[in-house]
Amino acid sequence: MGAGLFSSFMTGTWLEASIVAVAAGAVGFFVVVRGAAFAAHAIPQGAFTGAAGAALVGVNTLAGVGVFSFLAATAIARWGRRARRDVVTALILVGLLGLGSLFLSMSLEYSAQTFSLLFGEPLAVGTGELLPTGAIAAACLALIVAMYRRLMLTSVAPELAAARGVNPENVETWFLLSVGAATTLALPVVGALLVFSLMIGPPSAARFIARRPAAAVAVSVALALVTVWVAIAAAFYSGWPLGFFVGVLGVVWYLLGRLVHARTGDARSTGDARSTGDARSTGDARSPAPQGPAAGAALRKALAPPGISS
Amino acid sequence: MRSPVGTTLRRGRASDEGPALPEGSPPPVLVVEGLTVTLGGREVLKDVSFNLHAGELAGLIGSNGAGKTTLLRAVLGLQGTAAGTVTLSGRRDHGSLGYVPQKVSLDPDLPVRARDLVALGIDGQRLGVGLHSSSRRARAEELLSSVGALHLADARVGALSGGEQQRVLIAHALASKPRLLLLDEPLANLDLRSTQETVSLLAGLTRSHGVAVLVSTHDINPLLPFMHCVVYLAGGRAASGRTAEVVRSDVLSRLYGQHVDVLHAHGRVIVSVGDEHRESGCELAPDDCAEEGQPA
Amino acid sequence: MSVLHAVFAPGFFTSGPVLAAVLIGGVVALVSAPAGFLTVMRSHSFAGHAFSEVTATGGSAAYLVGVGPLLGYVVAALAGAGAMGALGVERHKSRDLVAGVVLGATLGLTALFLYLTTTSQSTSGAAVTVLFGSLFAVSSSDWPTVVALGGAALALVGVGWRPLLLSSVSPELAAARGVRLRLVESAYLAAVALAVALASMTVGAILSTALLVGPAAAALRFARTPARACAWAAAIGLVAVWGGIVLAYDSYDWPPSQQGWPVSFFVVFLVLATYLASYLFGRHRDPAHRDPAHRDPAHRDPAHRDPAHRDPAHRDPAHRDPAHRDPAHRGEA
Repeated sequence: MGAGLFSSFMTGTWLEASIVAVAAGAVGFFVVVRGAAFAAHAIPQGAFTGAAGAALVGVNTLAGVGVFSFLAATAIARWGRRARRDVVTALILVGLLGLGSLFLSMSLEYSAQTFSLLFGEPLAVGTGELLPTGAIAAACLALIVAMYRRLMLTSVAPELAAARGVNPENVETWFLLSVGAATTLALPVVGALLVFSLMIGPPSAARFIARRPAAAVAVSVALALVTVWVAIAAAFYSGWPLGFFVGVLGVVWYLLGRLVHARTGDARSTGDARSTGDARSTGDARSPAPQGPAAGAALRKALAPPGISS
Repeated sequence: MRSPVGTTLRRGRASDEGPALPEGSPPPVLVVEGLTVTLGGREVLKDVSFNLHAGELAGLIGSNGAGKTTLLRAVLGLQGTAAGTVTLSGRRDHGSLGYVPQKVSLDPDLPVRARDLVALGIDGQRLGVGLHSSSRRARAEELLSSVGALHLADARVGALSGGEQQRVLIAHALASKPRLLLLDEPLANLDLRSTQETVSLLAGLTRSHGVAVLVSTHDINPLLPFMHCVVYLAGGRAASGRTAEVVRSDVLSRLYGQHVDVLHAHGRVIVSVGDEHRESGCELAPDDCAEEGQPA
Repeated sequence: MSVLHAVFAPGFFTSGPVLAAVLIGGVVALVSAPAGFLTVMRSHSFAGHAFSEVTATGGSAAYLVGVGPLLGYVVAALAGAGAMGALGVERHKSRDLVAGVVLGATLGLTALFLYLTTTSQSTSGAAVTVLFGSLFAVSSSDWPTVVALGGAALALVGVGWRPLLLSSVSPELAAARGVRLRLVESAYLAAVALAVALASMTVGAILSTALLVGPAAAALRFARTPARACAWAAAIGLVAVWGGIVLAYDSYDWPPSQQGWPVSFFVVFLVLATYLASYLFGRHRDPAHRDPAHRDPAHRDPAHRDPAHRDPAHRDPAHRDPAHRDPAHRGEA
């Protein structure tokens, strides 16, 4: 069984896709936590323009993808804070894609190549590309590990982060650059349109299933690995585009996560509500300086429910 | 079971604190009876009862998480209740209640002027585009001037300061000529001057419009000079009545189920709960003590 | 006359496809304006963009089955609206994720449909046509359908205008007024679905976001009332679409290929140029009665006036070295 699936011809594909899944799963968790899905969608599509441009001028696709990932990530991080973030992301996205359409129109051989850029062409990955891929993945993961606590802090409590001297804008920039790096890895394998699915589907389920961040990252990576492995096998046998399976599995994970959450969610949310209530009553003294006069602060403290037993 | 501390509002005799009640008022605008609300398996409000009459300004006092917003939402009909009744006098429709939510985040680039927001208060729930009419325009300006914000009519709402936005939102809430006006933490995030202006504006509206006003706040003091009555929430239960009858050591001790001190200093009220050796108003908020000059 | 000839290449006003493009493009710009305005007000650009990817699925399915693309766009967009509404795209916490998950699913389906189309029918270029579109490829017999659907979308927005506006400003205020938020959300999603489906015909599925979001976002910088913002958005949209048609028609004489540049590129380019111009020239004309400190510092940020502050898309696309010619892609005028 699977005579060709595990042949040496496919070794590069398996390794490459696994590296991609680890990076996308890890970065994706923060995409979901930070509500950066739109940026995670826009960066790969912007990177597609880079691939089209690279094909046009005849340079390495990976280089084109990398440059445009970098441009899109920096642009979104810098300008997204100055105006409406979703609008800026949308316009950067369509701006780059508009340019992409121009590149495509000037290029002769778009049909087959465009299709593989948009929807993925994993079965022809050579082992020669493993080195740059591995290097970028390592850099991407190192960035995430180094930024881990800042990413969590700015995601959960931006004001608190600012008070501790963490610049949210810098964190955002570095974070989106790591998304760009993951994009550069994943785009040749799963295609520009489906990179996003790999970064959203597994982590969205992980967030529902796991309670601790580290566990959620692990679940996310595991699900991403399962996604690409199943997708490769299915694409190998059916001949259908890999992206289709990645996209469908992404939705399956999300719905499963929601289902698990719905079954266990009630008990958990009650527990959470209680624990936050307790935190409020005990942590009041450390809350930000109140605006009202002394009486107000004392009153607020006084009014924290001390546990009525009747 | 009625809560042992649930005193109903007694009316008639003016006490030393707070302004006199309007005389000869009709039956209450709002009657809340035995209200119980459960959220996620947890009783947020337990058997809460109180009344509110036309022309009265009532403070809904409680700490963060005491259930103030839940209570207001229950009165609005936006929150399902497990038990009890909320009765509003007369017909209940879109216009009978005005509501100013706690957090209305208005982006600075919204192309909506103050007068547009107030006009949406007049007929925002209706279908159709709502063509310009001079009566609608005049009504919006009248509402804005009643909150002292006519000069802001053509400014974008998102570009206004917090206090100015508060006024425009009050005008929006008044647009449907409500009998009851609900405000959720309108004094949070306002500086001292804006706080005083807002409170005296609300007190003026109870007189000029005859509207009943229920203001939720965690700080009772700004309301003290204008408040007719108080609904005090703690641990999901409520004590209500005249300020002087509720904000007392014995009533609040029963409400909290432990000893509570109510101190009066410099015309302010300080409520202190629990072990006096460890906790006092001063230790909790050193900045405020410095501002007051002396500990309670 | 010579100036006129320089702008409008000979034959512009007598070409059937061009006139159809002008008519349909105009309708699309008008419909996109109020839908886009509400989208920007609700900070819903991602969902708006998700619709465009959904229409791509519909377009590719239509190719596969062999029916007109417009039918595919509209059916898919309305189905997407239903899915997003059911999953709760309007709830603030999860909106990002819900739009994203719907997006991922539709992208996967698009991949499959396009793959099946290319293998079964040897219609090369289906992917590019569906995704990047061409206004000149629109069949002129489509215009009654376009006008009818556009009218339906405008009617939906018009009937629900006040609740839509109030709930865009603040859902809490709307709820307190007795507005049924779910109903209003459904109306909004349906209107945007129709607008995006029509826009997909003109600039292609994944670029339709430009027409939806761009003019409305620029209009926010110029206009101070909702009605004027919609009017500005419609005007900007019309200029972009019609200007794009004129430029694309002119570009048939341009290098590299004498085949013309894609009209979608010009439309997107004009939309983005207007948005950037709105930062340079648009300002909030509020009465200067207040302390400037009260205003949001973001709006007076000098970075907006920085000429280097540009989208990479705007950097001289014409200077790219043309390597290949493009034989297919656009329907000829």
